Amino acid sequence: MVEYVIEMLDIRKEFPGIVANDNVNLQVKKGEIHALLGENGAGKSTLMNVLFGLYQPEKGEIRVRGKEVKITDPNVANDLGIGMVHQHFMLIEKFTVTENIVLGSEPKKMGRIDMAKAEREVQEISERYGLRVDPRAKIENISVGMQQRVEILKTLYRGAEILIFDEPTAVLTPQEIKELMEIMKALVSEGKSIILITHKLKEIMEICDRCTVIRRGKGIDTLDIAKTNPSELASLMVGREVSFTTEKTPAAPKEVIFSVKDLVVKDTRKVDMVRNLNLEIKAGEIVGIAGVDGNGQTEFIEAIAGLREVESGKIYLNGKDITDLKPRKVTESGVGHIPQDRHKFGLVLDFPIGENMVLQTYYQKPYAKNGILNFKEIYDKARKLIKEYDVRTPSEHTLARALSGGNQQKAIIGREVDRNPDLLIAAQPTRGLDVGAIEFVHQKLIEERDSGKAVLLLSFELDEIMNVSDRIAVMYEGEIVAVVKPEETSEEELGLLMAGSKRQKVGES
Amino acid sequence: MLKNRLFYLFALLLAVGLVLGACGTADDEDTGNGGDTENEQAEGGDQAEEGGATDFKVGMVTDVGGVDDKSFNQSAWEGLKAFGEEQGMTEMEGYTYAQSESNADYNTNLNRLVREEYNLIFGIGFMLADAITQVSGQYPDTNFAIVDSVVEADNVASITFQEHVGSFLVGVAAAQKTQSNKVGFIGGVDSELINKFEVGFRAGVASVNPDIQVEVQYAGAFDKADKGKQIASFMYNSGIDVIYHAAGGTGNGVFTEAKDLKKNDPDGNYWVIGVDRDQYEEGAVPDTDDNVTLTSMVKRVDVAVADVATRAMNGEFPGGEILAYGLNDNGIAVAETNKEALTEEILNEVNSWKERIAAGEVEVPQNHDELEAYLGNL
Amino acid sequence: MANKKYSFVLVALISVLLGLLAGAIIMLVSGYNPINGYAALWEGAFGDLYFTGETLRRITPLILAGLAVGFAFRTGLFNIGVEGQVIVGWLAAIWAGTAFELPTLIHLPFAILVAALAGAFWGFIPGLLKAKLHVHEVIVTIMLNYTALYIANHVIRTLLTDGKDSTPYVAESASLRTEWLTNLTQFSSMHLGIIIAVFGAFVMWFLLERTTQGYELRSVGFNQHASKYAGMKVDRKIILSMVISGAFAGVAGAMEGLGTFQHMYVMSGFTNIGFDGIAVALLGGNAGLGIVFAAGLFGTLKAGALNMPLEAGVPSELVDIVIALIIFFVAGSYMIRWILSRFQKEGK
Repeated sequence: MVEYVIEMLDIRKEFPGIVANDNVNLQVKKGEIHALLGENGAGKSTLMNVLFGLYQPEKGEIRVRGKEVKITDPNVANDLGIGMVHQHFMLIEKFTVTENIVLGSEPKKMGRIDMAKAEREVQEISERYGLRVDPRAKIENISVGMQQRVEILKTLYRGAEILIFDEPTAVLTPQEIKELMEIMKALVSEGKSIILITHKLKEIMEICDRCTVIRRGKGIDTLDIAKTNPSELASLMVGREVSFTTEKTPAAPKEVIFSVKDLVVKDTRKVDMVRNLNLEIKAGEIVGIAGVDGNGQTEFIEAIAGLREVESGKIYLNGKDITDLKPRKVTESGVGHIPQDRHKFGLVLDFPIGENMVLQTYYQKPYAKNGILNFKEIYDKARKLIKEYDVRTPSEHTLARALSGGNQQKAIIGREVDRNPDLLIAAQPTRGLDVGAIEFVHQKLIEERDSGKAVLLLSFELDEIMNVSDRIAVMYEGEIVAVVKPEETSEEELGLLMAGSKRQKVGES
Repeated sequence: MLKNRLFYLFALLLAVGLVLGACGTADDEDTGNGGDTENEQAEGGDQAEEGGATDFKVGMVTDVGGVDDKSFNQSAWEGLKAFGEEQGMTEMEGYTYAQSESNADYNTNLNRLVREEYNLIFGIGFMLADAITQVSGQYPDTNFAIVDSVVEADNVASITFQEHVGSFLVGVAAAQKTQSNKVGFIGGVDSELINKFEVGFRAGVASVNPDIQVEVQYAGAFDKADKGKQIASFMYNSGIDVIYHAAGGTGNGVFTEAKDLKKNDPDGNYWVIGVDRDQYEEGAVPDTDDNVTLTSMVKRVDVAVADVATRAMNGEFPGGEILAYGLNDNGIAVAETNKEALTEEILNEVNSWKERIAAGEVEVPQNHDELEAYLGNL
Repeated sequence: MANKKYSFVLVALISVLLGLLAGAIIMLVSGYNPINGYAALWEGAFGDLYFTGETLRRITPLILAGLAVGFAFRTGLFNIGVEGQVIVGWLAAIWAGTAFELPTLIHLPFAILVAALAGAFWGFIPGLLKAKLHVHEVIVTIMLNYTALYIANHVIRTLLTDGKDSTPYVAESASLRTEWLTNLTQFSSMHLGIIIAVFGAFVMWFLLERTTQGYELRSVGFNQHASKYAGMKVDRKIILSMVISGAFAGVAGAMEGLGTFQHMYVMSGFTNIGFDGIAVALLGGNAGLGIVFAAGLFGTLKAGALNMPLEAGVPSELVDIVIALIIFFVAGSYMIRWILSRFQKEGK
């Protein structure tokens, strides 16, 4: 008989109208990293909130180290040695690392907080698990990766034996992800057990021992990672076959539609972020921009969209100069744009999804006439797009805020593609999406290409760049340092190019 | 969850309610104490016992200051109350007041009292002049009286005071008291009425010594004590040692400033001249025997109100008349409570001017034009 | 969506009831009879045609001030300057109403328009500063309230009169009062403004919900970044929003100038119409119809309050407490709902 630290048996949790967990089982062994895999909204977080005492299940049994327990609130969970590292950090910006860690269980000396002791303890724990942090730094001054370490330290400080990580890599850079994985391994080797909530298959394959898959509230299966592969996990998660290497026919590029000549763009601090950038995109091809974040990609795209002033150089679309046009003119001249941050730039979250569908076209016929909106036309259009792009929403009157990330992104793509732009800019179009939605987005980009449009894809995920692009332009310090074909290069070569340690003499036109 | 929260809110409310309730009762008692000495003896004080046998009803409408403004609204109400009690009337049936929260309430309140068949209705303060004009036209059978303004109508008695005369006299006192030869005047809102105070004061000061500087400032409001304090601070700093305020609640700030200064510098000269009522009490410096109130320009609104009410009850309502209460009928007085500050010498000087005014030797100016002329003739 | 609206109405109603209930408890604790108190309140507001007229007159500027605040709120701006915009609107209406002799059909609309423009200008200043220099509108509008008050007082004393405390009355042709309404309501100061105010609510709804401009304004209000991405001119929308908000406030001023008072006088303090407008907008959910009802409630309470001391001996301050409690409960319900929605979000 194997020893389980956590056993959740037949857990059922209902919310008005939906069953979030339908008799789910989860058994975690001591000293393992156990993945909890599922699409957005599958019920992973609900299950963990039940374990952490935030929700009470309608039915089912929880055992910790073999003993049946009732976890009525997070304090009970803490006492049982269960700690949670939340996706959205619960830290106080103005406090120091130590203050945040000890908050709520401060060591006291004569009624006053013994900061020196707290700092010593924090130092000790962080050294033991290789979680290097400066105990005296203020939260607002440290990186996101560091903040996450503080969250982890918080749980360890309270004596957690079982750590729940809720989508921990969503906010991290690749380098930070690597470090986090090291930390998790160190924790497990110290005898801790970890539950990792994620929908990223790569991470699971890399560090997890076992994996429980949840789909639409139901527990599907628990597998040994050693005996499975990504595509099996993906199809279990989504409920159908998923292909990873996006199916696409070779590109048939035609004339140059979009070209950039010697573009220079400064950022708000007046530093050159884009330097003499040259790039051409032909009709019927997808050009991927590869690069480490912060090498001028954002400024480049904002300059195209008319949101940032161009210092010098020209941007042409269909032979027409669109440099420094107002955003609306850029849009009207045939640019579609799936922005990086869909919440901030892509949607008005407090508008119904229907009204979001005409965010750039509301003033045009047939949606408006003489300044008066025609809601029948607007909602007809919205219904059509919702259906065509499989946006799952209760109705077109639902606020965009209420939709899941994937469905929000589908709505944006629908809106942008429907305008039939000659150039479609897709900036990190799959960020935060699950496998099914990613597949959908990639498909749509390729469809656009096949219908003769130029597509500019910006992504920090090399897999995505390699899979989807027909040509890859590597951006480093504001320049295109190389243009390569995906079939003629490797991740290693791209990595070197992105790091600026290699340069290719191409792209001069 | 929700229920719990509501329950807390209720508990909180109850607590708030209790506290407020307690305050409410305390307030009620407050208004009773009056603090004002010498109950005036209006004439004909003997019909009392009958207990409201007459069906004469009298009411008043306050301006936004409210009935407990420690100024003329309160004074008017005290007069009306004294009258009512003397006649054995019951409050709210025989005599009452309606409080105005904003300028938009004057008309409504006057109408309300008309509808409840009050025979005589006072409008307290010049701000009610327009409302009285309108309503008196609509109800010619009801009698009205307006304080501090003039409304020309047969059913309206206009009650005015010779503030300029009173201000003149306190000006004389100020001129006698000042050592720096600099005195100040703080007005509420720059308006005809308050100009009357200013002009009288300046004339009084100049009559004693034309070389004394008079600094004049208007706060722009009657209810901004902080503003009053600020201006007073500025004035005292610039060497002014006597300030006359005609600024209602704004004037309370003047007292605060003077008291603060006096407390830190017990030998300094920081005098305030009060207005409307005897503001001696406001001038008491805490924890000491000092009092910064030199004197007050007392305007006996209570006397005037009781007088007009009595005349109306006796069928002698002075409709269409402009009543100017002054020195002779005790409508205006110079408070003599602070004997220490207001020395015999000063008082004699004040009284001698009083006599000269009564004798018609001195014509006290009422507006800026007249002041120019008056100063020119000195 | 429909559900959300329904729940808002419910919350507002409950808040009102709780406020009244709390008021009753306070009356009881302080030794007054709440039934008499509320009966007096009702009498004072709707006891007869005169009081009904007075109450409607009181509601009129509250509606427009509520619309002004609500309109700005809907576009993400907090216009505390409604008070000042009311004052300049009032002043402008008086000028237009006294300085010209025109037939009623021209004069009255002209005077109201002038008031709207004055209010709009007073809203334009903070709008411009916010859009171009990113100065927070709350600070600018608060300062402009005082500026408006003192400028108005100065103009009355120097330009409109010769050192007098109040202006002459507006010409008959610029007056919103009509003989039949005055007679009908037994000499109340009720005037035609109530129609304009209700129409204003319709205008606000139509502007925001049915026009492309309104779409842009709402969009900017919710998310400036996305609006900019979508090609809207965010700066101009901020200015436009303040201008329209100010125009509503200016018309509220015209109601006082051309309707209630027929003149303007040197004011020693604010009218409070603009500040009450904030509460009205909050209670009315920043929507046209809601604001009309909220203003109706506030106006009724304020009008009826004057009668409470006279008939029930209850101090009218108590009604202020009830009003404050109603706002407290509305705001409190926001808190509760916000907390609930937090939990729901995490549950997903």
